[in-house]
Amino acid sequence: MSYSTLKDVEEFTTVQSSHDRPNTLTSGHRGCQGCGEALGARCAIDAAHRETNGKIIVVNATGCLEVFTCYFPENSWNVPWLHSLFGNAPAVATGVAAALRRQGRDDVRVIAQGGDGSTFDIGMGCLSGMFDRNDDVLYICYDNQAYMNTGVQRSGATPPLARTATTLPNKSYMGSDSQTGKNVPKIAMAHGIPYIATASIANIPDLEEKVRRAIGIHGARYVHIHVPCPLGWGYPTSETIKIARLAIQCGLFPLFEAEHGKQVRSTQIEDLIPVEEYLRSQKRFAHLFGKNAPADAIGVLQNIANSNIELYRLSGGILNA
Amino acid sequence: MPKTFATVIEAGTSLGNHTGSWRTIKPEYIAGLPPCSATCPAGENIQLWLSLAKAGKFREAWEVMVRDNPFPAIMGRICYHSCEKTCCRGQFDGSVNINMIERSIGDAAITNGWKFADSAQNSGKKIIVVGAGPGGLSAAYFLRKLGHEVTVYESRAKPGGMMRYGVPRYRLSTEVMDAEIKRIEDYGVKIICGNKISGIHDDIIGEFDALYAAIGAHRASKTDVIMKNGAAVIDAIDLFRRLEETPMDLPSFGQKVFVYGGGNTAVDAARTALRLGAESVKIIYRRTINDMPAHEIEINAALSEGIEILCLRTINSIDGNSILVDKMNYDEEFEILSKSGDTEVFQADSVIFAIGQAMDTGFFRDFDAIRVTEKGRIEVDRNMMTQEEGIFAGGDIVPGKRSVTTAIGHAKKAARGIDTYVRGVTMPNKTKNDVAHFKKLNTVYYRKDPRINVSRPNDLSFHEIGVSYSDREIVRQASRCFSCGNCFHCYNCYEYCPDNAIIKHLDGSLEINYNYCKGCGICSSECPCGAIRMVADEKG
Repeated sequence: MSYSTLKDVEEFTTVQSSHDRPNTLTSGHRGCQGCGEALGARCAIDAAHRETNGKIIVVNATGCLEVFTCYFPENSWNVPWLHSLFGNAPAVATGVAAALRRQGRDDVRVIAQGGDGSTFDIGMGCLSGMFDRNDDVLYICYDNQAYMNTGVQRSGATPPLARTATTLPNKSYMGSDSQTGKNVPKIAMAHGIPYIATASIANIPDLEEKVRRAIGIHGARYVHIHVPCPLGWGYPTSETIKIARLAIQCGLFPLFEAEHGKQVRSTQIEDLIPVEEYLRSQKRFAHLFGKNAPADAIGVLQNIANSNIELYRLSGGILNA
Repeated sequence: MPKTFATVIEAGTSLGNHTGSWRTIKPEYIAGLPPCSATCPAGENIQLWLSLAKAGKFREAWEVMVRDNPFPAIMGRICYHSCEKTCCRGQFDGSVNINMIERSIGDAAITNGWKFADSAQNSGKKIIVVGAGPGGLSAAYFLRKLGHEVTVYESRAKPGGMMRYGVPRYRLSTEVMDAEIKRIEDYGVKIICGNKISGIHDDIIGEFDALYAAIGAHRASKTDVIMKNGAAVIDAIDLFRRLEETPMDLPSFGQKVFVYGGGNTAVDAARTALRLGAESVKIIYRRTINDMPAHEIEINAALSEGIEILCLRTINSIDGNSILVDKMNYDEEFEILSKSGDTEVFQADSVIFAIGQAMDTGFFRDFDAIRVTEKGRIEVDRNMMTQEEGIFAGGDIVPGKRSVTTAIGHAKKAARGIDTYVRGVTMPNKTKNDVAHFKKLNTVYYRKDPRINVSRPNDLSFHEIGVSYSDREIVRQASRCFSCGNCFHCYNCYEYCPDNAIIKHLDGSLEINYNYCKGCGICSSECPCGAIRMVADEKG
């Protein structure tokens, strides 16, 4: 017996690592190099596809994901997929779910998905209505924290002090002024829907598990996935996963699950880092380290991380701002 | 077909859109040279055998070991494991216990009686090896494996060379050594002991196709220390030899013993003196402790046994029982060593000299073509051949580091050289892969799992100090290998590619689909072991 190459013996169990994963979002899409959203969407819909044996219908809001996956006459989706308007994906999905119910098809599951623009701002009303009516739809938000495909304009998900095309910092202005940001997972929790989860592309097994849980529950569900954007955030395309990982490690992006408005689980941070490490790796925060930067700029973001750590019980210790 | 007002295009998949055209740089899988292998003087494929050990395949791991080293159990004891010094895991949570794993698997081979795989078909060539030390025996093994008829001549009563006559038994037991040497004999190598070969033209040898001289350096180097009035001076190498040959008749040390020298032999001699009953043992060394050529592990072991090291001192003269020592000054900036003018006098019952060994060049006297370097070593080419056709040399008698591992490395090289020489073929040029570095790894994906050492209490006897791992410990410790520079199929690249441009085949092998790869580089930066590199894409 002779060996010349290394073969590992460990077993891998994620859908993403299996050789027969469905690739619901297939190659040839026009997402940018290193696109976190393309990866997040494939991971989430693949997991739902595996869990339901492919019996899913996906409704997509306008946004990067919609634009780069259905460039006429091509389409990158290997699942029934439809798109209507920027703001109405939750309502369309509600309609799809109602039609299925009318046909007696309780085996087919409905997913609505969109970016942070359609979720936080433009489709907020429809989304809130969907939650309110507890429609049988899983809504997945891919959060890249600005309107990316139109040229990086500020959205309700843009973190405080971040630079976007519409919040360009200058001598007297330090970038997006929202002090806390709009927190849609919390808004969803306030609706008391059966299941809410946050996930990240830096932790695929966790992401898959949360989508798997969500797809099995009836009623309105919300999964929020953090998907870094190399173009809009200003970092090398190869660092998408690293940035997503840093966001978790510093506490700015908490991983947790909530059921009926109550937090039930959260993922502990293994190596807590100061937010500075996360901020420094992105150009959208570069002005916070320039000579005009006010002394407390980073403290504002560190405070958000600290309150996340406390609220979601992410770690034993909190870093001083 | 009637013309319609507008052309109707059927909706189709985006697979027709080859996004690979966006790329300016592209990823490619590499096979890096792990730093452990890069520094191993014997060139063992450590990473490969660790991966097999991790899978519990000890027999297969051992078979990989003996491709490059016929003495895993011995080397697992006496090798100075430079591999562990360069192990990338050392910068994370402590290097992999490569040496201990090798020892443990080597021991398993002895316990289970594993034999070498069959040698190649008989070549009909006769090769002579002079010297049955680690180098000579390894060369004999490698040559036998290649199908040659090999006879080893040894002047001493037993084979083993410096392993037997230069390494104290608390580091390597006779049983282990004998078992591994016997395995080479069983492989069809003839070892003739007690026959000193005076030169290449010695009648005993007769006709041969090639000769490998691995005669070692057994002569104590000359010293300019003035000795008078019956100075009690013992040569370290002589001491080790007598300890092996006539253990009942050893030179008497007295209680206060000094050792002169800073190499491994000096430390071995000091620890041996302690075991033979000396009350106090002090090492005298010319330079600072950091300059000592002896290995850190050995120095630390000696210090822990209560041996004192007196640095920056040289012995001027020995008059009976008193040693006159010159204190030295060391200028760190210019690295200049000079006598300070101060002197010290110590009272000693005996002084062991371990200031280096020289070879007996007389063996090569018949050949004018064979060149000896200024330092008294034999010059060889890259195939270990001397200036004389068909005469090869290696180990302590050629330039380079003097260690058992180096001797095995020389033997492997020489065996390849001899094989190509006697068959009249040329050796293909082998290109070495780039060495993998810690900086190229993404250690986020490795879990901290500290190195575990097993040991038994040191009782200052000649029983072996080290202990082998249990099977479970072998697996656990081998699992700590990072697999630097070589894919271990974690599938991070396949999972993380936003463009599904990595193909995972049914057998688990991976391939990059350049039709869709946009060259973002996520696969490369998220590869734990640095097995994917980004290179300029010259598609024109």
